[in-house]
Amino acid sequence: METGNQDMVSVAKRQRLQDFFFHRLTQTFSLLVLIALTGIIASLFINAWPAFKKFGLHFIWYVEWDIVNEQFGAAIAIVGTIASAGIAMLIAVPLAFGIAVFLTETCPVWLRRALGTSIELLAAVPSIIYGMFGLFVFAPIFADYLQVPLQKVLGGMPLVGFLFGGATNGMGILAAGIVLAFMVLPFIAAVMRDVFEVTPPILRESAYGLGCTTWEVVRKVVLPYTQKGVIGGVMLGLGRALGETMAVTFVIGNANRMPTSLFSPGTSIASTLANEFGEAADFHIAALFALGFLLFVITFIVLALAKILVLRTEKAKGI
Amino acid sequence: MLTNFNQKLYNRRRRANAQGLILSMAAMGLGLAVLLWILFVLLSNGLAAVDWNMFTKDTPAPGSEGGGLRNAIVGSLMMVGLSVLVSTPVGILAGIYLTEYGDQSKTAELTRFVTDIMLSAPSIVLGLFVYAIAVATVGNFSGYAGSLALSLIAIPVVMRTTENMLRLVPSSLREAAFALGAPRWKVSTLVTLRAAKSGVITGLLLAVARISGETAPLLFTALNNQFYNTDMGKPMANLPVVIFQFAMSPYDNWIRLAWGGALLITMAVLVLNILARVFFREKISA
Repeated sequence: METGNQDMVSVAKRQRLQDFFFHRLTQTFSLLVLIALTGIIASLFINAWPAFKKFGLHFIWYVEWDIVNEQFGAAIAIVGTIASAGIAMLIAVPLAFGIAVFLTETCPVWLRRALGTSIELLAAVPSIIYGMFGLFVFAPIFADYLQVPLQKVLGGMPLVGFLFGGATNGMGILAAGIVLAFMVLPFIAAVMRDVFEVTPPILRESAYGLGCTTWEVVRKVVLPYTQKGVIGGVMLGLGRALGETMAVTFVIGNANRMPTSLFSPGTSIASTLANEFGEAADFHIAALFALGFLLFVITFIVLALAKILVLRTEKAKGI
Repeated sequence: MLTNFNQKLYNRRRRANAQGLILSMAAMGLGLAVLLWILFVLLSNGLAAVDWNMFTKDTPAPGSEGGGLRNAIVGSLMMVGLSVLVSTPVGILAGIYLTEYGDQSKTAELTRFVTDIMLSAPSIVLGLFVYAIAVATVGNFSGYAGSLALSLIAIPVVMRTTENMLRLVPSSLREAAFALGAPRWKVSTLVTLRAAKSGVITGLLLAVARISGETAPLLFTALNNQFYNTDMGKPMANLPVVIFQFAMSPYDNWIRLAWGGALLITMAVLVLNILARVFFREKISA
């Protein structure tokens, strides 16, 4: 009897000890993510310090990227990044909205799964494939059938004409924006579909019961209800577009000049890093780290806002 | 009068409805068309490059004829394999912490939030980070650094899917095990994790699919290597970087190989994605 009790106590003790270690072990691994985040921010900042020290905040809007004379500013790359991501959003957001509406409202139920999966597959295609596709297939078509006519029709117009000037070789900010649009489209569409499905059926059914058309239900019931989630999805796409490297590097033209039109070649932060980091030395490396730091900070803020907005919609699920 | 007005309004609403729905259908069509177009281009250009030589010969020097992708394929497999070995235990254990131990605590919430951001963080910046800690300090590019960069991308994927799958396990199962006197670590590993096994494997497959196509984080960690190399302490050839380099080159045989490699990667990624879905669905219905 007593020995039995002793056994029980020692088993319980052992298990408590094992449990303690298992708890701490899993906790350490999950904290690794936080450590990685702080590590990324710290290491980027430390390596970028020489550049920040020399140029100060001026680095952000200084329009110069002169490797030989070691004069570096981020303005050209920032403009290229924001312009290409902005164009991508203008194209991808309405398309993603359409896809999400189709998948949640009109699509026959038996097709839903297959079509949803194919959109998710579009998201799985590696970005370098988008880049190659952009360079070899899209750019020639874009040059002949879009750039040339656009330049003919709009190039001579006052005020907006300058946007369509320059060489029509298929590369440039606009081309990069379009390729990016199709790259981020599935991410935005997937979030929008998920948040649309969160809308309580009772709201939808009430609207239908009042005689609303499907389109009115989407515009006046589903969209207002899921507003925050939709904006979150858009910002998630924006975060992706800002940091995308390979799809952009192939088609943006990679020129360290301030772009003057939608057709002119430019560069983005990520593509500058991809092109130059391998051959960089000394101070150039610091300047590239500074670019990387800026990119990380910008995308972090955008993604954090996106996450907060999506979380809020999902929390409001049960009314 | 009034019926006339009503009829007009009704017609307008129906037109708006038809317009909206047709446009949304067109958007869906465009998305599908792009996917099919990409697959078609890949197949038509890539199949021409796929032959026995692609798997048995190494990447050709500039200007030389022929060649294959053997070194790049082996390099990619090794790096992806190592990062799966690293990220599987880390991701799964961290996922267990988030559901079974941390749950609603502040640290768990913060970790979850940061993990979600890391899922979409620009991968090139992760490459910069690994360069700073594992290349600049050691003094040379290496396959290990490449694996580390890939693991940083894979861990959040494994972590979040594991967590989500563990959450689907009914709590009555946990309670039953606790009632039998099982300690928490046994419940989480032998009961909940086992119940969520298929979902966790789905997450692993998705993580592999995600990292096998990543180029940006490898550019300045694993770099590239023209020769066959299985020493992970040295720069290593890998498919994505070889594709990047070859596609931008002026040589015809390089561009052909780039298409071949692109086809190989895309097929691998798509098959992994489809496998993950089929696997998950079958287990759920079973």
